[in-house]
Amino acid sequence: MTEAAVWEALAEIPDPEIPVISVVDLGVVREVRVEAERVHVEFTPTFLGCPALEVMRDAMAARIAELGADPEVEVVLDDSWSTDRITPEGREKLRAAGFAPPTPRGEGTTLVQLQSTGFRCPYCGSRDTALENIFGPTPCRSLRYCRDCKQPFEQFKTI
Amino acid sequence: MSELLLEIADDELILGWRDSEWTGIAPFLEEDVAFSSIAQNEVGHARALYELAARDLGATADELAFDREPSEYRCSELVELRLPEWERTIARHVLYEQADAERLERLKASDDPEVAGLAAKIDREEIYHRLHAEMWHERLKDEPRYVEALEELRPLVGKRNGHTPELTTLWEEMTSVRRSQPAGTTW
Repeated sequence: MTEAAVWEALAEIPDPEIPVISVVDLGVVREVRVEAERVHVEFTPTFLGCPALEVMRDAMAARIAELGADPEVEVVLDDSWSTDRITPEGREKLRAAGFAPPTPRGEGTTLVQLQSTGFRCPYCGSRDTALENIFGPTPCRSLRYCRDCKQPFEQFKTI
Repeated sequence: MSELLLEIADDELILGWRDSEWTGIAPFLEEDVAFSSIAQNEVGHARALYELAARDLGATADELAFDREPSEYRCSELVELRLPEWERTIARHVLYEQADAERLERLKASDDPEVAGLAAKIDREEIYHRLHAEMWHERLKDEPRYVEALEELRPLVGKRNGHTPELTTLWEEMTSVRRSQPAGTTW
């Protein structure tokens, strides 16, 4: 069992709430260590209240068990995850599925900035979009509206 | 430190329950979504904080959240109240987010790396609660009923030397499922 094989297997596990993207694309797998029969995975959740946390943890453990190893999935509650950890491939998959990927973290998020235009519509690419609601169907998403193609869309929150 | 973690966890758990009371009945759909989402975040923060406190207290997060008597909770009176009036809910939201931001800044500077790390993670999510509170404050700041609500609730922000009867009512509701099963039940 190599670490690369474990990463490859984990890359097949979809995010339970946005299944177009895998847990590896999402950047929540922090470390994989193989020690003989035991595979240790460090995993850090996106949002603390995300109900997908246990689903992801159990799916990773089950996938590692399928590879014939003894899984040990540790949930680390520190500050190591941000939306900057979503991979370039992950961002492209989000966009193709109609979710605007998060903007880079930069200098912090303000109301003025969220209410400004400049967030790109994932359907037509226009930047003439408006904030509809800071909150959306899951903690990680906001709702925006494209004034050009008249389409509402979901924006991954930058955190 | 575990006392302070419990204080914050209790605030977040109780406020999360109170915020969730708007699910389905907020004045409009956007706010139904917003308060439901904020409630989900607050309960998630409470869980992580209870887990950290449990490390030093020899208990589990669930035991800390649900197996104490109402008098043992360390939450402030501000979060205990059932506030079916929108302007009072927004006033509480604004007051709580301000106080919580200051508290999180202090925790982020903690010498305990687990505490500082968790506080920083919580703070990233709270940014969006603060923006939501700021947006509503701007909308309502000249409304007399809102201004009165701010004045009424401000003294309760740090009031932790007792509890309102409303905490007991909420506690009974919050723990009823857990209390319906024998101690030691695996959930």
